[in-house]
Amino acid sequence: MSLRAASKRRGGNPAGLLRFARNDVIAAVLLILASPAVADSNLPPAYWANRQLPNARQEAQAQALMEQLRCLVCQGQSIADSDAELAGDMRDLVRRRIAAGEKPSAIRSWLIQRYGTWISYRPTDEPAAWPLWLTPLALLLAGAWLIRRRIKLKASH
Amino acid sequence: MSRGLRLIPLILLLFLLSGLAWRLIKPADTAVPSQMVEREVPPFALPPALPGEPGLTAADLASGKPHLLNIFASWCIPCASEGKVLQELQRRGVTVDGIAIRDTPEALAAFLARNGDPYQRIGSDRQSDTQIALGSSGVPETFVIDAHGVIRRQYIGALNDSNIPGVLREIEEVR
Repeated sequence: MSLRAASKRRGGNPAGLLRFARNDVIAAVLLILASPAVADSNLPPAYWANRQLPNARQEAQAQALMEQLRCLVCQGQSIADSDAELAGDMRDLVRRRIAAGEKPSAIRSWLIQRYGTWISYRPTDEPAAWPLWLTPLALLLAGAWLIRRRIKLKASH
Repeated sequence: MSRGLRLIPLILLLFLLSGLAWRLIKPADTAVPSQMVEREVPPFALPPALPGEPGLTAADLASGKPHLLNIFASWCIPCASEGKVLQELQRRGVTVDGIAIRDTPEALAAFLARNGDPYQRIGSDRQSDTQIALGSSGVPETFVIDAHGVIRRQYIGALNDSNIPGVLREIEEVR
């Protein structure tokens, strides 16, 4: 209920409005103090979840891969961006494997084997993704055709 | 421009609107199914989740009889409600093994004391490594594993009473 509705109900009595506002403040404070019921474990993040690899080239490889892997919990975020614990554990997994000398493409396909192409933001070259690759080309061709038509129309006037 | 071409934007708009309406009426399923179903359990070896109890390895799951593999955690709220269902399945002869995700022995012991313990073995997966190797995307999840250690079915989310006949049938089928 809005404050205005509350004061109307109480016949515009300012005392009532004040009382209502006070209840609102108490409710707001309680909401701030309440901890959200998000189920998270009590364990600290995995070692490499929020720590860069000492080798800059490897860290760059890991970062590039993590930005292309989709978080299973906060779907729509990459595991590089997500605060979810599972994303942290996946960052740890990516960094550990890169540090052990595994190629990013091998890690990606290992994850695709588990979760399907869903896990990767990079579009595949499978037939399902062909419209994605062909649409820009088709749009370019359509644009070229439109321009050509306009030039022809102008020339004929 | 011909009349037909003029209708294109309108048709595109209708196309867009019907797409939006479709997804509003029938929201997309956000569960990410494991691609490991119908494949062998990947190799893993987890230490015991409770001191003095057995841990869990992939070999334990290919023991010549079907297993139910439950991915759970003491900090997972739906997992508590699932306890009764798993115990009922265990009472009916199903071997239930568990993988505890990011858990501590103390919290796990308290959880089992509170909700019952249907597990034959519980492996401790402190960095979700085995969970990821199984293609599992959260807790709770349950895998039906056949006598040869091949994953045959994945249940995403907590099992409830209505799942019991189905799970029993599947366990019987993969025996």
